Amino acid sequence: MPDQLLYAIEVTLNGLMAGVLYALVALGFVLIYKASGIFNYAQGVMALFSAATLVGIMNGDVPFSHLINAILGTDIHHFGWHVPAILAILLTMGVMIFLAWAVNRFVFKHLVNQEPIILFMATIGLAYFLEGLSDMMWGGDIKKLDVGLPQGINETIDEVTFNLFGYGFFIDNLDIVAAVVAVILVIALTLYSQYSKQGRALRAVADDHQAALSVGISLNYIWILVWSIAGFVALVAGIMWGAKSGVQFSLSLIALKALPVLMLGGFTSIPGAIVGGLIIGVGEKLFEFTLGGMMGGATENWFAYVLALIFLVFRPQGLFGEKIIERV
Amino acid sequence: MNQMSTEGYTTADGRKIGGVMMEMKNITLRFGGVKAITDISFDIREGEIRAIIGPNGAGKSSMLNVISGFYVPQEGEVWFRGAKRPPMKPYQVAQQGIARTFQNIALFEGMSVLDNVMTGRLTHMKSGMLEQAIWKGKAEREEVENREVVEKIIDFLEIQAIRKTPVARLPYGLKKRVELARALAAEPKLLLLDEPMAGMNVEEKEDMSRFILDVNDEFGTTIALIEHDMGVVMDLSDRVVVMDYGKKIGDGTPDEVRSNQAVIDAYLGVAHD
Repeated sequence: MPDQLLYAIEVTLNGLMAGVLYALVALGFVLIYKASGIFNYAQGVMALFSAATLVGIMNGDVPFSHLINAILGTDIHHFGWHVPAILAILLTMGVMIFLAWAVNRFVFKHLVNQEPIILFMATIGLAYFLEGLSDMMWGGDIKKLDVGLPQGINETIDEVTFNLFGYGFFIDNLDIVAAVVAVILVIALTLYSQYSKQGRALRAVADDHQAALSVGISLNYIWILVWSIAGFVALVAGIMWGAKSGVQFSLSLIALKALPVLMLGGFTSIPGAIVGGLIIGVGEKLFEFTLGGMMGGATENWFAYVLALIFLVFRPQGLFGEKIIERV
Repeated sequence: MNQMSTEGYTTADGRKIGGVMMEMKNITLRFGGVKAITDISFDIREGEIRAIIGPNGAGKSSMLNVISGFYVPQEGEVWFRGAKRPPMKPYQVAQQGIARTFQNIALFEGMSVLDNVMTGRLTHMKSGMLEQAIWKGKAEREEVENREVVEKIIDFLEIQAIRKTPVARLPYGLKKRVELARALAAEPKLLLLDEPMAGMNVEEKEDMSRFILDVNDEFGTTIALIEHDMGVVMDLSDRVVVMDYGKKIGDGTPDEVRSNQAVIDAYLGVAHD
């Protein structure tokens, strides 16, 4: 096989892996949007916040230590212990569930029946609040996240492909893990929402609030459940991205990459989020590989948005979104 | 009603009606300065088909919304099964065993008929989140049991043929029937029907009347329904409350109500001179 083609395949594979990570973030958006019609701008910051919390708990950092030290004049930073990754992940999940409760109790409970744009603005406020809270609790420096996920080149793939084609593919172990985790997560979420009692209640709330109330579903409970699940998805995304490029502010910006993914896949479809993520991941890598040179490079920065724009013109509901029909 | 006592009464067609299940005491409901319901009291008895009728804007739907917890009245008390009900959210009312349908149909449009009816069983599912997540033991058993109840109701209402159809594709009359099925699936103690026959043709109305009577007969379900079409209601119900401009103007058997001068005036209009 010609080298160019092999290289293109490698680029595609890497694009798929990157796409999985986009999809993970987009998934969080879809979950909340489906259940409550809220476009949660804070989803990216939730990933940042959960990753920072995870690192903080693992390292035994004292939350709000700067604040405490400034007020009390003490100099404490660490508890002096290290928490194993699994336990720390569970604790972080606890924090995310608490956050889900707090967000509903203190923000959205007071905004029931408001215009979507107001809810959207509230999530922007929430994003900045969380960002500040994250800095205040754990400090704003770039942190290294290591929960023991394998990293670096996968040597088996390298070897096998080298023997087959005379060219070894470079695929990162972490990307493979991320892909596997994402697939499991999506299957689990789909099964859960299709076949469990809460899943059915969740779909019911997404469909019609009044009807859901009339069959005995507590909207509040469902919203907390949904935000908790979105928090969990954010945590997974946070761990993957954090392990890849460190826990830092730019983590919250991946949320912006999730936007074109949603436009492609449709805001209301879980499979859409996955397929959209993959298309964007592969698309931007291949585009950079084929035409990037001609266009002066760095096309990855804008390719996704242009693709989304084109989609908006021809299929505004996305690939899998619910068709918008207005009856007159 | 002379044959009536605290212990209930026997209807003309020989059905035994029990004691008071639900009692509304001096209910007043206001929206801002507008009074939707003014000082209304009435009761609903076990096993009864109770109708609330009145011209458009009489406050019938508001009354139903008070019973089902969607509106909270400013004054008055709601008594259910011998206990005063504290202010409740609609979902809590549903959990108490009061199911309802809506005037403008509130179904889960994106879900199949079967799934819609299954949501009616949610109040009967007791397994926890974790059990549900791993789909073990109680969760699995529960799903099977509830599925059986649901299939029985689907048979009963003759909607087997459309059980897998997404609700959005159904015609109006069938949607109404699916909504009734969902409410019945909860095996409610009290079933509230908000204009079950609105917008239906004669044939559909007859079907719906038959279903309502059958439900009451087979399951012994107590039913409170709202209609503004006098004809259907009179054949269907055991006792009728008549409302006009938010006030109660009549209460009794269909015959009693029919001969009530205030009711006749409200429906036919009265000459002002």
